[in-house]
Amino acid sequence: MLTITNLSASVGDKQILRGINLTVNAGEVHAIMGPNGSGKSTLAQVIAGHPGYEVTGGSIEYEGKDLLELEPEERAHAGVFLAFQYPIEIPGVTNAYFLRTAYNEVRKARGEGEVDPMDFLDVMAEKLKLVEMDESMLHRSVNQGFSGGEKKRNEILQMAVLEPKLAVLDETDSGLDIDALRIVADGVNKLRRPGNATIVVTHYQRLLNHIVPDFVHVLAGGRIIKSGGKELALELEARGYDWLLEHETTAGAAR
Amino acid sequence: MSSAIEALVGKEYQHGFVTDIEADTIPPGLSEDVVRIISKKKNEPAFMLEWRLKAFRRWQQMTEPKWPNVTYEPINYQGVSYYSAPKTAKPLGSLDELDPKIKETYDKLGIPLHEQKLLAGVAVDAVFDSVSVGTTYKEELRKHGVIFCSFGEAVQEHPELIEKYLGSVVPYSDNYFAALNSAVFSDGSFVYIPKGVRCPMELSTYFRINAADTGQFERTLIVADEGAYVSYLEGCTAPKRSTNQLHAAVVEIVALDNASVKYSTVQNWYAGDEEGKGGIYNFVTKRGKAMTNSKISWTQVETGSAITWKYPSVILQGDNSTGEFYSVAVVNNRQQADTGTKMIHIGKNTKSNIVSKGISAGKGQNSYRGQVKVMPKAEGARNYTQCDSMLIGNACGAHTFPYIEAQNNTAIIEHEASTSKIGEDQIFYLKQRGMSAEHAVSMIVSGFCREVFKELPMEFALEAQQLLGISLEGSVG
Repeated sequence: MLTITNLSASVGDKQILRGINLTVNAGEVHAIMGPNGSGKSTLAQVIAGHPGYEVTGGSIEYEGKDLLELEPEERAHAGVFLAFQYPIEIPGVTNAYFLRTAYNEVRKARGEGEVDPMDFLDVMAEKLKLVEMDESMLHRSVNQGFSGGEKKRNEILQMAVLEPKLAVLDETDSGLDIDALRIVADGVNKLRRPGNATIVVTHYQRLLNHIVPDFVHVLAGGRIIKSGGKELALELEARGYDWLLEHETTAGAAR
Repeated sequence: MSSAIEALVGKEYQHGFVTDIEADTIPPGLSEDVVRIISKKKNEPAFMLEWRLKAFRRWQQMTEPKWPNVTYEPINYQGVSYYSAPKTAKPLGSLDELDPKIKETYDKLGIPLHEQKLLAGVAVDAVFDSVSVGTTYKEELRKHGVIFCSFGEAVQEHPELIEKYLGSVVPYSDNYFAALNSAVFSDGSFVYIPKGVRCPMELSTYFRINAADTGQFERTLIVADEGAYVSYLEGCTAPKRSTNQLHAAVVEIVALDNASVKYSTVQNWYAGDEEGKGGIYNFVTKRGKAMTNSKISWTQVETGSAITWKYPSVILQGDNSTGEFYSVAVVNNRQQADTGTKMIHIGKNTKSNIVSKGISAGKGQNSYRGQVKVMPKAEGARNYTQCDSMLIGNACGAHTFPYIEAQNNTAIIEHEASTSKIGEDQIFYLKQRGMSAEHAVSMIVSGFCREVFKELPMEFALEAQQLLGISLEGSVG
């Protein structure tokens, strides 16, 4: 589904990604872990097409298409979804209108008809249950005055509405208490389908107790320095990143 | 600046065409003689000419105000023609006799002057350059005792009402531009709603400047008698011209006891080009006087004009009266707006509510200037002001000048202000959810203006939506 080859990216003159290689197949969950500043969020943003990052080399192929050629909204139409680490507030725009507009844009791109406000409420009733949110959330302005937990649940609600093929969750667990973490993780799990894939970017192993990954990758210094199964996350939890980083430094020096 | 924002705010002016029509235009210049000519052309009674001459003499002693936060080349008042009327216009005739070219002009503007084609429930007075060219639904309104006609017609047919109320809210000596208007105004609309009548439809005036090098000086007078209600809409457009044109209007509203008047404007005069060449200088005095238990509400969407100088105000004369001001002001390119309101609390338990939304793009400069004044006897006066600015790009400016003066210590006055900027992150967020950049900007701007748009009558909300390229659904949904 997704093939990232030797991807490099920078912000301004600062090189952040230095040759990422990653392959994600349908049905898989990949966890990207790593210390602060290793480039995890940058990778998520580059997949979604944030204009603030410049791709300086390599390629991303998504379902046979050159993803880097597509505008962010075209990527969304093709089924790429990013759950933001810091969801943005849109004052004065109701969540219901925002969600319906997004839903209809994606439907239009797929050649499906638009859904009117009444029918959309029916669609929403079921989606809201998935993230244990109240209908009153729909009538508030997008993310405005939301608690940290509400913002993250709202991201998963959007994911539930848009039903992406490839979901990238950027530190969706940060700032969540235990209950909110469970709700968010349950929501993501219920949205798993054999034809979909998920990339979970996280600092901590605890999210991975709920969303169990098939593969774990450690990102450091803009490269994936180690990949493994779910047990790698547990090892990182126990030992930290230092042992890997030291190993990497020595390997780098030897090269 | 993102190209989406540029595309949205840089939309071509849609109403810039010129109607080729023979006009009766007096030569440029301003003198007592010109004032007399105008009064004579309008066949006015003596009291009108007297009033105009007093205004003109007063104006000669006044100087143009320099305090607004706008800059422009000095206006040559002798270079302007003060009267221009389409030759074929029959201001007092029926709509069927209207010149087809004028009819076509309003059709092009989306204001068909055929009653059967009109939006149901809206009566229109069409003012073309210096004269009213037709008013729709007059007969229907007359059944309810409502008078809705051109100002010129009102002077002929209801001189007692004009003499009683003209200048009762904005005296001819009020300010430089009001004095000029009082001397040379040529037409406008007049509305009278009798006691206890709820006007059965929305009333509206559509102003069109067509002739070159003329000024438009219209005057609107709305009187709502005791317990009456009316909702009134005003729209304005002008051709694209490379020279500036002067528009100095006056609107007076009288709301007698228990009356309620809602006045909405979508101002879309030509704003000049990207370099700031051409465009309308819009110097307007709008004020209402609210008597006991009455309410006056101003809603304005200001998108056009090179210069906007305008402060729709309410004198809260009677006890328990209410004044409201809801405003969206947009400046782009080199437009400058200095706009806001004045709420003068005189009666007891008077309330005022001010919501101002300023959007600045390009090299535009947007100033909110508002006065809240509580007089000594205004026990229990209450004001709430909210003043928000949105910046698009790095070359524009937003300024706020609130003046608050309380002479009664029971007054409660609140002022809240905010400034925000449309950011790349906001646009990216919406794009990631499948929206085009243009759609994203519309959504953000419409959300910002929501509190004002919901005050507009539906017909106007649609025009405002078109104007800002905004999806209204989001702001009312």
